[in-house]
Amino acid sequence: MAKIIVVTSGKGGVGKTTSSAAIGTGLALAGHKTVIVDFDIGLRNLDLIMGCERRVVYDFVNVINGEANLKQTLIKDKRTDNLFILPASQTRDKDALTREGVEKVLNELAKDFDFIICDSPAGIESGAMMALYFADEAVVVTNPEVSSVRDSDRIIGMLSSKSRRAEQGLEGIKEHLLLTRYNPERVEKGEMLSVEDVKEILAIELIGVIPESQAVLNASNSGQPVILDTESDAGQAYLDTIKRLLGEQVPFRFLTVEKKSFIKRIFGG
Amino acid sequence: MSLLDYFRSTKKNTASTAKERLQIIVAHERKRRNGPDYLPQLERDILEVIRKYVDIPADQIAVSLEQRGDQISVLELNVTFPDDKR
Ligand SMILES: Nc1ncnc2c1ncn2[C@@H]1O[C@H](COP(=O)(O)OP(=O)(O)OP(=O)(O)O)[C@@H](O)[C@H]1O
Ligand SMILES: [Mg+2]
Repeated sequence: MAKIIVVTSGKGGVGKTTSSAAIGTGLALAGHKTVIVDFDIGLRNLDLIMGCERRVVYDFVNVINGEANLKQTLIKDKRTDNLFILPASQTRDKDALTREGVEKVLNELAKDFDFIICDSPAGIESGAMMALYFADEAVVVTNPEVSSVRDSDRIIGMLSSKSRRAEQGLEGIKEHLLLTRYNPERVEKGEMLSVEDVKEILAIELIGVIPESQAVLNASNSGQPVILDTESDAGQAYLDTIKRLLGEQVPFRFLTVEKKSFIKRIFGG
Repeated sequence: MSLLDYFRSTKKNTASTAKERLQIIVAHERKRRNGPDYLPQLERDILEVIRKYVDIPADQIAVSLEQRGDQISVLELNVTFPDDKR
């Protein structure tokens, strides 16, 4: 049985696509056959982050409308085995995704894949609702910042009331908190909400903390998911996150400022 | 703590302000989510009625509906009057 995981947030620009690319790649690296589905209709970006933008021929909406089949549409990742991408359409028609259409495509993917990662658009409109509706698990991407935390709480509310699992009275969606763009230095100065603060407010299980990192921009510049940059802090933090997602117990890293030199300790900075 | 941090700490810690504000607004919005759709309008109506007598700000009134067991729902109304208007 395939597991459907939605990567969602409410607020825009917090790192959903970056995280979807990393999580999908990480699961495939761990040997699971994985597809990442871009639900951001009209604003396709997953293809760029995955570095396959020039290989897009058909898209999600073409498959729903029967204009192409999955085999023609899925893009096989060139670097990572077991990994496929289903690109979003660039149509401006917001209602291009129908619940029946999405269900049909997900059911077909479920026959072939172990994991289906749904990269949600921002907001709480139909696109975001469509991305979370069929989910078994949710990765709630949150920045340590007031509006992001508040929006995450709203999305958590949606997960427990507006999903298929909620409507059919099944066991609820398993929710994970992924805190991204974390800056330990600012946390220590009292300028940024800490992991503990956000955990306490949202009250869902913490699956990972990704530091604010230059490696993320470098990765997106070159169309390589950051998890492949195994030297980088963000890459390693995503690798830890995948292990936790697969049930392993892994200590959290990158939560504190690295030890500074004596001079810096005296004078700060 | 370094010398610089010492002087910095006299500044207000904005993270704790953020946390307090979030705790309040999130609790408020959760209650509303779980309550019936008419609750916000009921709250506004009650506020209007009270304002006929006393001028209170909108954030000084809280209405919540709580389920107590299967049979009873309790409508709780919490109004804070300003000191000089009692
Ligand atoms: N850990 C990080 N460190 C530094 N920059 C980051 C990090 N995570 C994400 N970013 C940057 O934040 C921006 C938004 O990221 P991303 O596109 O993944 O967000 P999104 O939630 O998918 O946005 P949208 O809501 O528009 O779909 C990008 O410029 C990305 O490089
Ligand atoms: Mg995105």
